[in-house]
Amino acid sequence: MNVDAMNAPQEVVLSVEGLRVYFRNEEEVARAVDGVDFEVRRGETVCLVGESGCGKTVSALALLGLLPRPPGEIAGGRVRFCGDDLLDRDEEALQVVRGRRIGMVFQEPLTSLNPVFTIGEQIAEPLRVHLELPESQIRQRCLQLLHDVGIDSPEQRLAAYPHQLSGGQRQRAMIAMALACGPELIIADEPTTALDVTVQAQILSLMNRLQHAHDMSVLYITHDLGVVSQIADRVYVMYAGVIVETGAAQPVLRNPRHPYTRALLDSLPNRRKRGRRLYSIPGSVPHPAYKPAGCPFHPRCPRAIDACREHFPGMCVFDDGQVARCPVAAGRKLTDWCRS
Amino acid sequence: MSPETTSRAFGLEEPAAPKRTRFEEFWRLFRRNRMALAGLVIFAFFFGSAVVGWVLTSGNRPLFDPALVRLQEKLRPPLATPQATSLKPEERPVGGRYLFGTDDLGRDVFARMLQGAWVSLTVGFVAVGISVAIGIFMGGLAGFYGDRRIRLEQLLVTAVLLAGASLLTAGWRASGAWMLVLGHAWLFWSISPWGIRCRKSLPAGLRFLRKNTLMVDTLIMRFVDIMLCFPSFFLILTVVALLPASIYNIMIVIGLTSWEGTARFVRAEFLSLREQDFVSAAKALGVGNLRVIFRHMVPNAIAPVLVSATLGVASAILTEAGLSFLGFGVPPPHATWGNILSDGKRFIFDAPWLTFIPGAAILIVVLSFNLFGEGLRDILNPRLRERQ
Amino acid sequence: MLAFIGRSVIQKIVTLFFVSVVSFAIIHIAPGEPSQVDPLNPKFTPEMVERFRQAFHLDRPLYVQYAFFYRDLLTGNTVSWKDNQPVLHKIGERFFNSLPLFIVGTLITWTVSFPVGIRSAIFRGGAYDRSATLLSYVLISIPGFFFAYMLIIFVVGQFQVPVIGMQTFGMTDTPWFFRLNDRLWHMLLPSMLGATGGIAVLSRYVRSQMLEVENQDYVRTARAKGLPWEMVHYKHALRNALLPFVTMFGLILPGLIGGSVIIESIFSWPGLGRMAYEAILARDYPVILTINFIAAVLVLIGTFVSDILYVIVDPRIRL
Repeated sequence: MNVDAMNAPQEVVLSVEGLRVYFRNEEEVARAVDGVDFEVRRGETVCLVGESGCGKTVSALALLGLLPRPPGEIAGGRVRFCGDDLLDRDEEALQVVRGRRIGMVFQEPLTSLNPVFTIGEQIAEPLRVHLELPESQIRQRCLQLLHDVGIDSPEQRLAAYPHQLSGGQRQRAMIAMALACGPELIIADEPTTALDVTVQAQILSLMNRLQHAHDMSVLYITHDLGVVSQIADRVYVMYAGVIVETGAAQPVLRNPRHPYTRALLDSLPNRRKRGRRLYSIPGSVPHPAYKPAGCPFHPRCPRAIDACREHFPGMCVFDDGQVARCPVAAGRKLTDWCRS
Repeated sequence: MSPETTSRAFGLEEPAAPKRTRFEEFWRLFRRNRMALAGLVIFAFFFGSAVVGWVLTSGNRPLFDPALVRLQEKLRPPLATPQATSLKPEERPVGGRYLFGTDDLGRDVFARMLQGAWVSLTVGFVAVGISVAIGIFMGGLAGFYGDRRIRLEQLLVTAVLLAGASLLTAGWRASGAWMLVLGHAWLFWSISPWGIRCRKSLPAGLRFLRKNTLMVDTLIMRFVDIMLCFPSFFLILTVVALLPASIYNIMIVIGLTSWEGTARFVRAEFLSLREQDFVSAAKALGVGNLRVIFRHMVPNAIAPVLVSATLGVASAILTEAGLSFLGFGVPPPHATWGNILSDGKRFIFDAPWLTFIPGAAILIVVLSFNLFGEGLRDILNPRLRERQ
Repeated sequence: MLAFIGRSVIQKIVTLFFVSVVSFAIIHIAPGEPSQVDPLNPKFTPEMVERFRQAFHLDRPLYVQYAFFYRDLLTGNTVSWKDNQPVLHKIGERFFNSLPLFIVGTLITWTVSFPVGIRSAIFRGGAYDRSATLLSYVLISIPGFFFAYMLIIFVVGQFQVPVIGMQTFGMTDTPWFFRLNDRLWHMLLPSMLGATGGIAVLSRYVRSQMLEVENQDYVRTARAKGLPWEMVHYKHALRNALLPFVTMFGLILPGLIGGSVIIESIFSWPGLGRMAYEAILARDYPVILTINFIAAVLVLIGTFVSDILYVIVDPRIRL
């Protein structure tokens, strides 16, 4: 954890402004991502947290141009990576960024690795395509990568097929693939969700170590607040396609301002709540094509007032620098409720 | 946060995705699939004209008589008006024109096409009905009761009965009848109270009869393998050629030789459904096997069967047309699209309509079934649906 | 691996035995006997019929006939009832007439279906995909004999070349290249017709396999690695989509006999399918049964080859 790095002003590696991703069919428009802003600075770990279906994975896929189109479409916003706009780029120009400057690790390592190629072949591909190394060096580099991600006897693993590895080893191989060209940013989409808790801890510490060793930024997508508290420098909480709260990880987790973040934390079991009934958020996540008017969380919100039904709340800065999309919690007057 | 406050907050009217019944959902997806919709429309038209054609061409004095020979009016092109003045009033075509022309015997091709439409329709549906029924039965047996074992005595009784039946049909009356009687006697004895009592104290020498042999699944699937070893059109042709010419034989033979695909689908579907929680739940509630099968499993397995049945109708119509074309099957005076074409091929340069009208009709009808079936497959396939 | 091979060989032999029983039973239990085919033929006196029945063991019980028949078949001594020719010899002759049609047809099928299906899948929903889809439905639905006549009218009308039979009558004295040209023209239509159904079915199948694979996570991974478009589709996706087709190499073998009856009789092509058709007309049981037996053997060999191939190509299957 890199708390004190927070204070120094740092170069912004990735900035996303007002990103909107819609899924359209003849009858309805599902607004999966509905105006999302976030940024990742050099060397920091940023977590994007939210329930499944809130649009976190879609945002990540959209910024690399990996959305299936149609039905998905990017309806607006800007994605800047080290200064240049990624959304303007065509497929070919994106290929230079993908894998080389931004590495991606997916959730399900078994299905994300191609079953008919060896691990070695799959790790070697980005090296061959982006760095155009000679074959002899590629092999050396692959061995080094496998060693870096903690796979033992890398010589044999190079020739193994994905189904011959364990879940944890597969995810390590995925990470090796993402690391291959020394990217500036790694986007990890729930990389530990499919793994056992013990393996999860190993993978998390591995990522942490690699991040410092290579001075990378990490955008880590998860639904697990436990993971957030372990690795995040800063955190963005998403609900129904919008960011509802953001700030440095520890303050947000210790003192959440948005009712949704609070509800999420309340529904986690911990030692203090022992013996008491665990809280659960009433209702369910709204269908992305039929979101309520006003604040998207208001039907489930214990603090909702009438105004929440009509006005979409803007981001409100709290005294300690935390930011949340809840004027009620911030004690604002109705007149301040314009969109930020 | 007390329950009251949350429930009040929750009570705010919440916009939700519109609820749709399964059928509405199906119809919504179906309307978007233009090719499938076209298939359905053509099929409806074909169905209507087959039924109307059946009414108009049958009976003693049909409006359109497909068998009426007018030798002086042979090979008249479509839309021609009758020439010969010698025609009796009842021999003149309806509307004063031969809509589709006449053939080499001066028969009205339109009337013959109408009659043939009914043949194609019934052959398609009856044959597929037979094959789907057998397929569901065999596949269901293999999928649901597949792990039961068959006892040796059961195999023996079946063998004796089968041998008896085949001997009887092959002309060895006496021995065949004897074997049938023997087999049935054995059957009745074994289910009678006396037989059941005897079963428990079987002499050691006969105990091998109660030995378990094959699994039901093995038996059925090996049988499917055996059936698949026959090239299907060749097999149908052989059997149809050996049997007396009749449209019912064609339906039965096509039905009996094309159930393997359905059986495999149903078996695979049943095997996976059987492991699902809702089936275990139903069983845990003490629901009987038959009810589990028909109430819980068949509705879930029906989608692929429906698709393969629709495609099966298409291929049955094609097979029947092929058989008629080769001169097998429906006996001559009765018209089918295949034999209109087959008769017309001799006049292919003089009277091309005799080839093109039935050919195009078969093409369009078969195409409509194929489009409809493929559309169904796309709609019913959940994996494809998600992508929409 | 050896155990797998051994087990499946035994299984196939057992299946073959039952196929032989079933086909024999179907043929012999059906009403009518070959000796009654032509009751008006004056040569068929009752004594002739009796001699005939004795010569072919028709007066013996069925199981004895079965034993006799398959003994003859396996030792290669079966003779046709129609002309007393050895059946295997006749079949061999016809086989080499059918073989070129089969090979050309299969080559056309595979070389057309794959590019069409793959392209359809990659550009799904586009104009190319939709027209290819509609065309393949038309090709599946068109009756082979109708299509044959349309093509005959077209080719004969446009190019003035004869297309019926294997070669033009009286061409034997002409130089070899004329004969070759003639043979090729005669082969063109039947092999194309043989291929149409295959193209339609196979290209649809290729398309659906490819679509299935294109939606897999590993294709997304390949794109996320920044691989060029061609590598994503033609390496990562195609390699996986091809797996099931390896098994189809084995399954095309039986097509050698099954699909050609109608086409060969329209074009008067003296091949296996036409021979089968003639044998059925004449109730020449030995020929029918032998062809059927060979077809079954081909099916079984085909599935066997497919199984083995699949084990070899798919790294996930280990025996």
